[in-house]
Amino acid sequence: MGKLFALVLAIITVISTAFFVTHTWWLPVDISAHGHAIDHQLSETMISSGVLFVLSQLALAAFVWRFGDRRDGRAVTTFPGGVTPMVIFAVVLVGAEVLALTFVGSKVWAGIYQTPPDPNSLQIDVQSEQFAFYFRYPGPDGKFGATHPDLINEASENYFGLDPKNDVSARDDIVVPTLTIPVNRPVALTLRAKDVGHAFYVPELRIQQDFVPGLSIPLHFTATQTGKYEIVCTQLCGLGHYNMRAYIEVLPAAQFEQWLKDKAAQQ
Amino acid sequence: MRTPYIALLATATLALTAGAGRVAPSAGGTISGKVTYTGTPPKMKPIDMAKEPFCARLHAAAPVLTENVATGPGNALRWVLVYVSAGEQGAASTTETVRLDQKGCQYIPHVLVLQPNQPLDIYNDDSTSHNIHPLAKVNPEWNKSQPIGAPPIHAKWEKPEFIPVKCNVHPWMHGWHLVLATPHYAVSGEDGAFSLQGLPPGKYTVTAWQEQFGTQTQDVTISGNETKTITFVFKATPY
Repeated sequence: MGKLFALVLAIITVISTAFFVTHTWWLPVDISAHGHAIDHQLSETMISSGVLFVLSQLALAAFVWRFGDRRDGRAVTTFPGGVTPMVIFAVVLVGAEVLALTFVGSKVWAGIYQTPPDPNSLQIDVQSEQFAFYFRYPGPDGKFGATHPDLINEASENYFGLDPKNDVSARDDIVVPTLTIPVNRPVALTLRAKDVGHAFYVPELRIQQDFVPGLSIPLHFTATQTGKYEIVCTQLCGLGHYNMRAYIEVLPAAQFEQWLKDKAAQQ
Repeated sequence: MRTPYIALLATATLALTAGAGRVAPSAGGTISGKVTYTGTPPKMKPIDMAKEPFCARLHAAAPVLTENVATGPGNALRWVLVYVSAGEQGAASTTETVRLDQKGCQYIPHVLVLQPNQPLDIYNDDSTSHNIHPLAKVNPEWNKSQPIGAPPIHAKWEKPEFIPVKCNVHPWMHGWHLVLATPHYAVSGEDGAFSLQGLPPGKYTVTAWQEQFGTQTQDVTISGNETKTITFVFKATPY
């Protein structure tokens, strides 16, 4: 029985590892300029933790194979080489790995999230609310109108609480429910939440960032491939959370300029 | 074979009964007219329903426009409630069930008038979930989820109140439940026209209410079966 268990353990280990090695279920296509760094980091994490996983599982199988079927009734009281050195070795090995991953990983994360955006970035304001996202472009004047939470009125599509009556710069602001951006141009988002915490997650962009009510959170990236991708909320935000999504549409530069002009004309 | 026949008979009976209830009273005066605006109203903005592909597809050819200020040809104002706010109010009728549809991620009708305790059935005709949330202050506030294919929600409002209604899932969905004690009311159509019928002789104050521009009132005296024509003109600003 012990040998069979050891065999099953080894087979499970090999098959589950094979799924990762062959990338059977892997990340979606990367459409961002920084995504390769995230993917590289993920691969390194997978490899280093995967090697430890395989070794420890196979060691477990080996021990079960070796000691599992003893019928003489004697208890195993000793460990080859002693128990203490083994425990110390395991703690140091796993601890060093976790520390190394944290150190290298946070460097990669900071390189993406804590660097200033390109000064020529396209500025877009993002409002999240139960249960939708809205995106605001400054319009032809290049200036965002000030936001006033007390003026938010869904009935007139005033999702940001603009005051066009008194604020001229708010009159040409373009507000849309789809994040439309040009390809290969840096984009700088400012994330705001109207009510509760939400999240901006685009797997293809390798970006996941929370919205926090009361904070304006900067986020920047460059999309390198045209296409339409889904933005989903990954922070449980209420009853309609499952339905909180929007789309990001990455357009060729000329097409984006035309889109922006068309939208400006509608304001 | 018998069931469809009975269903047909029942439908016919219902139709006849409903029809009988709607026959305009032959006696009494009429106040009719038009609601218009001067100035520049806000633009009716197209609503982009990209977040809800089912509804976006329905309106792909002609996007739905915002209805908070709905205008028509000849400066007409639509969705304006005109009702008798003072004078002989008449007895509220509460028998006929009022229907509200959530269709294409829109409330149909945008402005729904009810009498206190009048039965209200709310339908979800869409292949998506809705969450109807009337923001009542005088009546108890509630908010109910209605998944795809769910049976209609039965509701009623006990006290007169103008209640804004929103959908918690689709922020652009917006409508009104106007609970009125008087049966003398009308909602202006696309041409801005309204008509209050069956008014006994007497002095009346007629109020016109528009969700963004507020209210206006006019005093009208009705004698006999006469028809008086009045016009409400709201001053519109673009913002």
